[in-house]
Amino acid sequence: MHPSSERHTMSEHVMQLSDSTFDEQIGSASGAVVVDFWAEWCGPCKQIAPILDEIALENPGLTVAKLNIDDNFEVTRRYGVMSIPSLIVFKDGVEVDRIVGAKPKGALVESLSKYL
Amino acid sequence: MTEHRNVLILGSGPAGLTAAVYTARAQLEPLVLEGEPSSTSDQPGGQLMLTTEVENFPGFPTGVTGPELMASMREQALRFGAELVTAKASAVDFSARPFKIFVGDGEPAYTADAVIVATGARSLMLGLDGEDRLLGYGVSTCATCDGFFFRGQEIAVVGGGDSALEEAMFLTRFASTVHLIVRRDQLRASKIMQDRALSNEKITVHWNTQVAAIHGDEKLASLTLLDTVTGEERGLSATGLFVAIGHVPNTSIFEGQLSLHENGYIAMGEGSRTSVEGVFACGDVQDHVYRQAITSAGSGCMAAIDAERFLESTGH
Repeated sequence: MHPSSERHTMSEHVMQLSDSTFDEQIGSASGAVVVDFWAEWCGPCKQIAPILDEIALENPGLTVAKLNIDDNFEVTRRYGVMSIPSLIVFKDGVEVDRIVGAKPKGALVESLSKYL
Repeated sequence: MTEHRNVLILGSGPAGLTAAVYTARAQLEPLVLEGEPSSTSDQPGGQLMLTTEVENFPGFPTGVTGPELMASMREQALRFGAELVTAKASAVDFSARPFKIFVGDGEPAYTADAVIVATGARSLMLGLDGEDRLLGYGVSTCATCDGFFFRGQEIAVVGGGDSALEEAMFLTRFASTVHLIVRRDQLRASKIMQDRALSNEKITVHWNTQVAAIHGDEKLASLTLLDTVTGEERGLSATGLFVAIGHVPNTSIFEGQLSLHENGYIAMGEGSRTSVEGVFACGDVQDHVYRQAITSAGSGCMAAIDAERFLESTGH
């Protein structure tokens, strides 16, 4: 691990989104953004949260973001999310890929490799 | 590089973590391959990670959620020095001691003097066309994850056991109607769960009924139901489908290594012994009868004690 990262909590590398900021933050991001649609009460979401932190830390070119579906149902509904965790990949503000369900780190990295 | 351990535990449900607590307290420095994230029950913590309230685990008079219970067991195992690794064994070689455990390709990741198998069981799916394609788009393996998305909608739960009824009850918090699809004319579930489910106004029971087909392009739209007595088919509008029709043991990596019953469960000798001396099994991977968190934990304790005595007898 990079020495400087020890001073930060890893989640600082993950962008927090909300209904009101979503379009601006996703639209203005350079490169691919992977958004984790999650909720506090979802066990599998908690399992992949530390993996996404690691992926964010290890891949500075990829923006990793989170959207709490409980608090932000407008965006959740707009993208027709019906299962969490759902990871939606955006490029230039447009959905280009979607991964539904918790997966091991290796599988997530492989699915995201073309955006890294 | 291959690492050697006294005891290697495969699985981290109540059986695996109880075995971890006991072997750790016996100074055997166990390593637990806890599994990998997934939205099915084949994940660290096991089937309880997908359940809500657990009301029958002794010591919790007001209940405890499945994930909370597993977090406590995990913490307890760590407290006594068990090491947990987020990985799954891809193959084992039990033909000679020390036993070899592989994680991915290449050299074995571990060798171990004793192995405790606690890989559990996972939910059966219906095996119908479209089921995989619509997974996450109406078809769900995790009611606690996905119930939220079915607010005010009509959904179906398939099965007549305790798990099916627990899911159906949980889903009534969100859905307008929960159609319970039951193959026979009675339920397999415990009396208390039957009473609760049958008196719940939001649950409609379809007796002698099976799901014959699943329909929907981008998301689930409807089901074709089959009356198992008359053979007649009928349609049912449903935007959600939750399946709880039974379990299969996670034993594919043990084929040819351990004696298995025809149904895939591990064939047991005395106590927690398997067909290979030094390999022990506990929890749902060897139990298709009781399948409770408490029996699983109890059998994990048995496996730990048996493993400890085995290691003592071989000069540890």
